Amino acid sequence: MPVLQINGKPQTVPPDSSVENLIATLNLEGKRFAIELNGEIVPKSRHALTTLNQGDKLEVVIAVGGG
Amino acid sequence: MGTPEKSSDSLVIAGKVYRSRLLVGTGKYRDFAETRAAIDASGAQIVTVAIRRVNIGQNANEPNLLDSLPPSQFTILPNTAGCYNAKDAVRTLRLARELLDGRVLVKLEVLADEATLFPNMPETLIAAKELVADGFQVMVYCSDDPIQAKALEEIGCVAVMPLASLIGSGMGILNPWNLEIILDRAKVPVLVDAGIGTASDAAIAMELGCDGVLMNTAIAKAKHPVLMASAMKKAVEAGREAFLAGRMPKKIYQASPSSPTEGKIA
Repeated sequence: MPVLQINGKPQTVPPDSSVENLIATLNLEGKRFAIELNGEIVPKSRHALTTLNQGDKLEVVIAVGGG
Repeated sequence: MGTPEKSSDSLVIAGKVYRSRLLVGTGKYRDFAETRAAIDASGAQIVTVAIRRVNIGQNANEPNLLDSLPPSQFTILPNTAGCYNAKDAVRTLRLARELLDGRVLVKLEVLADEATLFPNMPETLIAAKELVADGFQVMVYCSDDPIQAKALEEIGCVAVMPLASLIGSGMGILNPWNLEIILDRAKVPVLVDAGIGTASDAAIAMELGCDGVLMNTAIAKAKHPVLMASAMKKAVEAGREAFLAGRMPKKIYQASPSSPTEGKIA
């Protein structure tokens, strides 16, 4: 099974998982977040179409309190 | 010339009109309920947020800041706090744009030093250029250097935001003279960002002619944040009205009685 780096930590996902599948696993459905895959933003419209591969580096970010 | 109209006096940033000249941050509050209560008391329409990694494995029901501050009700201004170079700042704001459904109004801040959080101006200029070219509307935290502020305006930033004193220090307006030079030359809105400690600091910034004030810690770390938020709202409004009204000339060492000098009984 492919091992990814999500926010700097290793995470295993089932083979042929999409970004959309991962979002469901992370309980982020319906929330405001943004995803970067190997340094490139994955727009919402492409979440279902983007497949995750061994060694992919993902950043998943949200808005938090700040000045 | 008539009396300036209070009702028609609004802040315009990148063509959008705002009634409130007070912009507030959302950091350092006890919880989101307090954040929201303080922001409501402040009357702010533009609120800043930071962009951070989501805590993987967090409770699915963990509250989210933007549930308390819906983008339908507030102009959410994502910042680049914690970025020390142009590359990280640009990357952060591209993520923010995706997160906020393509909204392009952003606060750029590239820091130079952890102890002072002073802006790194060379990197700020590089990031500003790249962001403007990419279609962002950039409000930019900068040093209170009129030359740098002008350079950022010429790059195409929609507002320049010099510090009044160090971020989170609450030391107030340390160099009104530099702010006045920036104000005198700027064609875009000038907002004081950082350093406000209490209501009089905000009023002073507005009396100088600043177009607005951005603050976070002064409200969030007051003993009673909601009450301080209300005080800041009034201070910004009072300072703005005083600026529009035009203060009386200062007469150094020369008193002038306010009551008639004629008709005294003795």
